Amino acid sequence: MKLRIFHQTVYRYDRPVRNLVQSLRLTPSVFEGQRTHDWAITVSGGTRGPGFRDGAGDWIEGWTVRGPTEEVTVTVTGRIETRDTAGVLRGHRELIHPLAYLRDTVATEPEEGLRDLAGSVTDAADPLALAHRLSASVSDAIAYAPGQTEFHTTAAEALAQGQGVCQDHAHALIAAARLRDLPARYVSGYLRSTTEGEPHEAAHAWAEIHVQGLGWVGFDPANRCCPDERYVRLGSGLDASDAAPIRGIAAGQGIETLDVAVNVEEVERFQNQSQSQTKS
Amino acid sequence: MSYYNEMYEGSRVREPYARLSQWVETMPADFRQMKQAEAEALFRRIGITFAVYGEGGDPDRLIPFDMMPRVFEQSEWRKLERGIKQRARALNAFLRDVYGRAEIVRAGRIPARLVYQNDAYEKAVVGVVPPRGVYSHIIGIDLVRTSKDEFFVLEDNCRTPSGVSYMLENREIMMRMFPGLFRGNRIEPVDQYPDLLRRTLESVAPAKCNDRPTCVVLTPGHFNSAYYEHSFLANLMGVELVEGADLFVDGEFVFMRTTQGPKRVDVIYRRIDDPFLDPLCFRPDSMLGVPGLMDVYRSGGVSICSAPGAGVADDKAIYTFVPEMVRFYLGEEPMLQNVQTWTLWKDDDYRYVMENLPDLVVKEVHGSGGYGMLVGPKSTKEEIEIFRKKIEADPGNYIAQPTLALSTCPTFVAEGLAPRHVDLRPYCLCGDRIELVPGGLTRVALREGSLVVNSSQGGGVKDTWVLSE
Repeated sequence: MKLRIFHQTVYRYDRPVRNLVQSLRLTPSVFEGQRTHDWAITVSGGTRGPGFRDGAGDWIEGWTVRGPTEEVTVTVTGRIETRDTAGVLRGHRELIHPLAYLRDTVATEPEEGLRDLAGSVTDAADPLALAHRLSASVSDAIAYAPGQTEFHTTAAEALAQGQGVCQDHAHALIAAARLRDLPARYVSGYLRSTTEGEPHEAAHAWAEIHVQGLGWVGFDPANRCCPDERYVRLGSGLDASDAAPIRGIAAGQGIETLDVAVNVEEVERFQNQSQSQTKS
Repeated sequence: MSYYNEMYEGSRVREPYARLSQWVETMPADFRQMKQAEAEALFRRIGITFAVYGEGGDPDRLIPFDMMPRVFEQSEWRKLERGIKQRARALNAFLRDVYGRAEIVRAGRIPARLVYQNDAYEKAVVGVVPPRGVYSHIIGIDLVRTSKDEFFVLEDNCRTPSGVSYMLENREIMMRMFPGLFRGNRIEPVDQYPDLLRRTLESVAPAKCNDRPTCVVLTPGHFNSAYYEHSFLANLMGVELVEGADLFVDGEFVFMRTTQGPKRVDVIYRRIDDPFLDPLCFRPDSMLGVPGLMDVYRSGGVSICSAPGAGVADDKAIYTFVPEMVRFYLGEEPMLQNVQTWTLWKDDDYRYVMENLPDLVVKEVHGSGGYGMLVGPKSTKEEIEIFRKKIEADPGNYIAQPTLALSTCPTFVAEGLAPRHVDLRPYCLCGDRIELVPGGLTRVALREGSLVVNSSQGGGVKDTWVLSE
């Protein structure tokens, strides 16, 4: 699938801020399911800082804005060709050992509900089947309901509430998988929405579970499927905060509001601008 | 249990202590009391009132200083020094390995889970090789002695071991109060430590630095119990003492605000724990760190000492594998021995420990400062049973060791000199070279019979002498 992506985040401050620093994880992963045609990140008034590929295989880019400023816009535009790999993250170069993803964070801290959910799958034939069953259980237990949870909602809280968005589904699945001794992580990216009214957002998140012999496999309990060619993978972490596409902080007393616009559009073919990959 | 007395063999005075023995014998009691009061006043005036690494407690409490020095012969020290350097090389090789290809794990010589599920293992720095491959630049290795030739390592401190200012101040105060002692004895100096530390820091400047490296000491601030030491070391090294807010990231580098405008910083000797270093990489709520620091670090724009993630090498569970690291990476036999350690998450060890609690020392895996530990032979039946319940509740949280017959050094008490148990923390510097100043910090358990030297448990400090040839 050929996708054209536009992702703009506008930060506004009620008072001028200075020395804004951002760490961006906004560049598509390099693996068999994705081929980036062109990709550009700009931060208004900003200086591009260090860029490097980290141990998880993510391209990280630092930006600084000296300011003072009351508005900073992060714009991502790019074109990418995707392919369905049945959720398997094949050909992805990374150095971190899967066992490092068994550690819980505040967002995935297990409690009774999560233990019950994780323990409810008793007849899985192998780890892959177990992962699928856990994902289905999370889909059943948490109904898609935007606005009922927020960024700091934990997996346990969302499960108790029975409602949430993709972040909550991913956290709950990660917590459940780790309880069954399966390394699991949070993935942030984009999703091409194909059907009107279906529960998914263009800025999306899902989980990956490490299955012996297969490697990392994506599961999207919010949409009851594994990532396919509609998905664009950006990066991963132990939880939403760790995998956040944008982490930033500014000096000053300004109160921040933000506007996000994401558009993932399918195109017939790419106009011939640049055939090279931006980062590899 | 009999204990090795470092000064006396029966009633005979051991050679290195011969002159000190005369000094003590000819010292009138009132003179000693006067000097002791003088020492205390000096410490107070300098303001050196802080707790040693992670011990907590009242930060304004003075750690008692004992005027009776501890003495090592040159040959004793040389042997220790070789063992410490060997251990430091192995610890850094281990860190380089587990943040890279992890050959030691692949070879099955250390369990993968112990490394990767360790809280101190930082996945954010996997694949990052700091300058010269050094992760831990200042390693404090805690040693105890059990006989003339037997030393054991109690623990390694690879993050930011503190207490070195005590080593320096103890010497300074002894020289000020008893200059005659230093004329009559050939005592190796320790005051070159700040220069060596600065040289070590400069030697690990990033490749992108093409001038004399600018080093800083990064402190969490004056509320920290070791703040005195941070300012003391910065001052002696002639570098700036900064807090997180004094530094900022611009583009690919870190800068410090100065009255002459921003100045690029190349090497940060940080005394802030990993989780607080950078809110964009670790704890988002940290106000102590520098936003964006880790991105600059990971792309080679600045060096951080010790490197983030270095703590995975000094955990009490990893400790049991350090001799294995020496064999694996260096192909040598360890010169310094570990204390035999039972890990309570293993069934056999658990059974043995529970059957022998009255004879053993049991510690929490992540505990420090002598808190949360059981010294079996020094505990009542009730205390042992209470501790047994704690172990049963969470065996994975404990390790056990035999009760060591810690050596004693004569120490001034109300009645005169009396033997008290001691340990030793030398500070090993790792940069382009591995260096140690002779000696280190001697901690002494001031309570009669006590085997716990931590300052929070009534420990004091002594000047430590290494005699030259």
